[in-house]
Amino acid sequence: MSTNRQAAAASHWRAPILFAILAVLFILEGTVRNGMFSGSWNTSLAILNMGLISAITALGVNMQWGYAGLFNVGVVGFFALGGLAPVLISTAPVEGAWQAGGPRMLIALATAVGTLALASMLWRHMPRGKLRGLALTALLIAGFVLYRGLFDPAVTAIESNNPARHGNIGGLGLPILLSWLAGGIFAAAAAWAVGKVALGLRSDYLAIATLGIGEIIIAVLKNEDWLARGVKNITAIPRPVPFEIQLQRNPEFMEFANSWGMAASTASGIWVKLCYMLLFLVVLLLLILLAELALKSPWGRMMRAIRDNETAAEAMGKDVTARHLQVFILGSAVIGIAGAMMITLDGLMAPVGYNPLRYTFLIWVMVIVGGSGNNWGAALGGVLIWFLWIKAEVWGPALIAFLTAPLPASSFKSGLLEGAAHMRFIAMGLVLLLVLRFAPRGLVPER
Amino acid sequence: MDILNAVVAVLNFVVIPAASYGAQLALGALGVTLIYGILRFSNFAHGDTMAFGTAITILATWGLQALGISLGPLPTALLALPVGIAVTAIIVLATDRAVYRFYRVQKAVPIIFVMASVGVMFLMNGFTRLLIGVDEHRFADGARFIINVRDFRDMTGLAEGLAFKTTQGLSILMAVIVVWILFWFLNRTRSGKAMRAFSDNEDLALLSGIDPEKVVRMTWIIAAGLATIAGTLYGLDKAFKPFNYFQILLPIFAAAIVGGLGNPVGAIAGGFLVAFSEIAITYPWRKIAGYLFPDWQPDGLLQLLGTEYKFAVSFVILIVVLLFRPTGLFRGKSV
Amino acid sequence: MNYLSATDMRGGYGKADILHGCTLNVEKGQIAVIVGPNGAGKSTAMKAVFGMLPLREGRVTLDGQDITALSPQERVKKGMGFVPQVNNVFPSMSVEENLEMGAFIRNDDIAATMEQVFDLFPVLKDKRRQAAGELSGGQRQQVAVGRALMTRPQLLMLDEPTAGVSPIVMDELFDRIIEIARSGISILMVEQNARQALGIADIGYVLVQGQNRYTDTGQALLADPEVRRTFLGG
Ligand SMILES: Nc1ncnc2c1ncn2[C@@H]1O[C@H](COP(=O)(O)OP(=O)(O)O)[C@@H](O)[C@H]1O
Ligand SMILES: [Mg+2]
Repeated sequence: MSTNRQAAAASHWRAPILFAILAVLFILEGTVRNGMFSGSWNTSLAILNMGLISAITALGVNMQWGYAGLFNVGVVGFFALGGLAPVLISTAPVEGAWQAGGPRMLIALATAVGTLALASMLWRHMPRGKLRGLALTALLIAGFVLYRGLFDPAVTAIESNNPARHGNIGGLGLPILLSWLAGGIFAAAAAWAVGKVALGLRSDYLAIATLGIGEIIIAVLKNEDWLARGVKNITAIPRPVPFEIQLQRNPEFMEFANSWGMAASTASGIWVKLCYMLLFLVVLLLLILLAELALKSPWGRMMRAIRDNETAAEAMGKDVTARHLQVFILGSAVIGIAGAMMITLDGLMAPVGYNPLRYTFLIWVMVIVGGSGNNWGAALGGVLIWFLWIKAEVWGPALIAFLTAPLPASSFKSGLLEGAAHMRFIAMGLVLLLVLRFAPRGLVPER
Repeated sequence: MDILNAVVAVLNFVVIPAASYGAQLALGALGVTLIYGILRFSNFAHGDTMAFGTAITILATWGLQALGISLGPLPTALLALPVGIAVTAIIVLATDRAVYRFYRVQKAVPIIFVMASVGVMFLMNGFTRLLIGVDEHRFADGARFIINVRDFRDMTGLAEGLAFKTTQGLSILMAVIVVWILFWFLNRTRSGKAMRAFSDNEDLALLSGIDPEKVVRMTWIIAAGLATIAGTLYGLDKAFKPFNYFQILLPIFAAAIVGGLGNPVGAIAGGFLVAFSEIAITYPWRKIAGYLFPDWQPDGLLQLLGTEYKFAVSFVILIVVLLFRPTGLFRGKSV
Repeated sequence: MNYLSATDMRGGYGKADILHGCTLNVEKGQIAVIVGPNGAGKSTAMKAVFGMLPLREGRVTLDGQDITALSPQERVKKGMGFVPQVNNVFPSMSVEENLEMGAFIRNDDIAATMEQVFDLFPVLKDKRRQAAGELSGGQRQQVAVGRALMTRPQLLMLDEPTAGVSPIVMDELFDRIIEIARSGISILMVEQNARQALGIADIGYVLVQGQNRYTDTGQALLADPEVRRTFLGG
């Protein structure tokens, strides 16, 4: 959060100039081929598309941090949970899976939720004392036994249904774009549960609790094979855009590609990526629009008032915890949407890829660098940092090679070259710390 | 009913592993809780500080091994520990000087410290990767077992075996020694008392002429020592892999919070509570049920939760504490 | 020459001043009492005297020496002791450790001073191993005063030492404070119980909105009908 909000408002041109520089970087990546850039539009657009997803994630984190000062250390979990939506909502139903164990599974999950709801009711309505504790324990144990009794056979049944190809519950076959919304809802539900417990306590506790839920969601995705095949991955997730191969078989498209003097494979790749880019841009702009409207509404003004002086807001009778819960859920929903979008883009659900350094902490660097509290800043940070993160993989070793060129070949030199890959983490840590300290308002400061 | 074998099995599969893991967690949680008590923030870099300290210790161990120095039946890493602690302490002091002190002077809100500690975590993680890579390393040498399964069977004539690894014994022993020294320091020395006073009431400590910067430095050095020892013991016991040290952050926080953040006794109790819960809940009790109730043939493994979800245990403990007693079982700092 | 002299202090916590020209003087071995309504700035004035608040104007001298620029710790070394209004003990530390921490800046033997404190407050000797946070309100105040005495100050500053204690304990505490003053230590004290406090005061200050409203001997203030009506409830 910026400490000096009154400081001279940044010039009007600052954000447009920065976005223009960003555009130039992507154009260079697409057109210039040298040691620094690939000169391939396919590469450039691929980076951009993932950058846009990062931007949306950063937008969600910025709502939590920039609007309310909430520190979410489990971004990766909400992101991954959103990614579950395309699998459950949009992949084709798996033959026999539902018949094998679907209803039982639903009943089992309902039992679990019901037990918790009942426990919470019991806790609130029974008078204090030993009896309450005993009743609660008994209820939880009974609920757990019942749940496992229903759940375990359901899992076995679903997982033994054509295990080589499926073994999972399958999807509903609904449109993929709908699953993006569902991804948001999934993440929002998890956020509600965590926020309900951890908000209203010390600010660190939310951070620690989100760290935990993040790890647990990833563990669930990796291990619950019935849900999304775990580490065996789900492929063939439906796409909202045409397949390259379809384009290559389309004579009209081929003609169009030829008129641009491009090879069929290159042109189809670019076309598909452009389609994704448009979709993602629409989502991003829509979310920014909504976020800006919300921020300018009385609700947004209250959020900022609370963030800037929680005690005073509380004294004025504002229910700080309830507001925090709202914004935490909304931000997580946006993160979930981004998660669903990434799975759609990849066409693949591979839970081993969810690394907190990449999906939590890198996102944080994006938000802080972009300008916490500013939606455009978060979006800019998202795309820019993603670009640098990807390019650092190339530039880092190149830089080290250039610097060590005069040195004779040695184990020290090769060690340095090998270590260059790890430099990215150090660089990101440094960027985070430096921006936090010397430019806490970020590239595009909050107005 | 075969009570003797059941007891041995419980010891072998639950009590001994949990005691040694609990000792490691307790040392880790002590570091977190001390930092919290003095600097008043949850240090997310603690896991990676443990990894870094362990990495240095491993490098020093390799150096000693190359020189042909060993400790006989004990792991050579014990000899290398002081090097690991010293280097880690220097690095940690440097991060305090370069990062945290600025926010301390500014009197920044705790969450800014937490965020800065995330930046430091990135740095530490990067340094560790640079030093030793991301692969798994086993660096335990010396005798593998204090008691091994076959000897135990021969000795007792029981069907069930019992193994007590050197690294497990060492974890427990080291934890006892370190905790004893730490409490002696905190309760008996002037500097230790100054630390407690500072943690209790910062303003009054300042009025009494206690130098805050000195207290902070001391805290970092102790935390670095605890982190390196905890990390090395954990690495000796399980194998060293940098990412595991990020994952152990959750049980460590859970332990510190259960015990009451800022409360050292609580951190130790919390460490063992989390370790015993984690192992008891993820252990398949079928075998032991078989000894106790030979006629009962359960279908399942009698495992409450798969080992993949062991972190969920810490999480649930954490949630329960936050719901019912946010200050922890032993009354830590205010909520 | 006054032992402590704080003249025309102006300053506050942020932009707005809380103290608007407040002056406090204490002579050697005397008891000075500050009274006034809540929020008048009494605690703020004490903090200013002790160097815990930056002064915009005014100066503080101790025994003729200008100490305006000194930090609180340096003032402790110069012979000042302070018992804040709230949070004035180390709750998780034992009574004995609290006293030890009070003497933190001393490098000589503190056993004799500790005995003196125990002589002054015999209860503390019985409870020396108990955590200060577990004591009753009155005992905790005794620990707080004892802690400040451990540096053997020449000037002891007390901010509402009797807040929240029973009348009997309050009388007892006042007796102890008189005893401390008899031993030659100057006392500067803020009190809510204005009547009793002014009764033992050599000099009294009535502070209103950060300014001195009345200054006189304790007896004179007690006798002043205006002061009685406005500040002592008739
Ligand atoms: N730490 C602080 N920061 C800002 N304002 C303060 C602080 N402490 C006290 N004040 C304000 O200063 C004024 C005087 O307070 P104080 O000196 O505590 O009064 P008294 O001790 O006479 O009751 C009050 O208006 C109070 O709100
Ligand atoms: Mg006061």
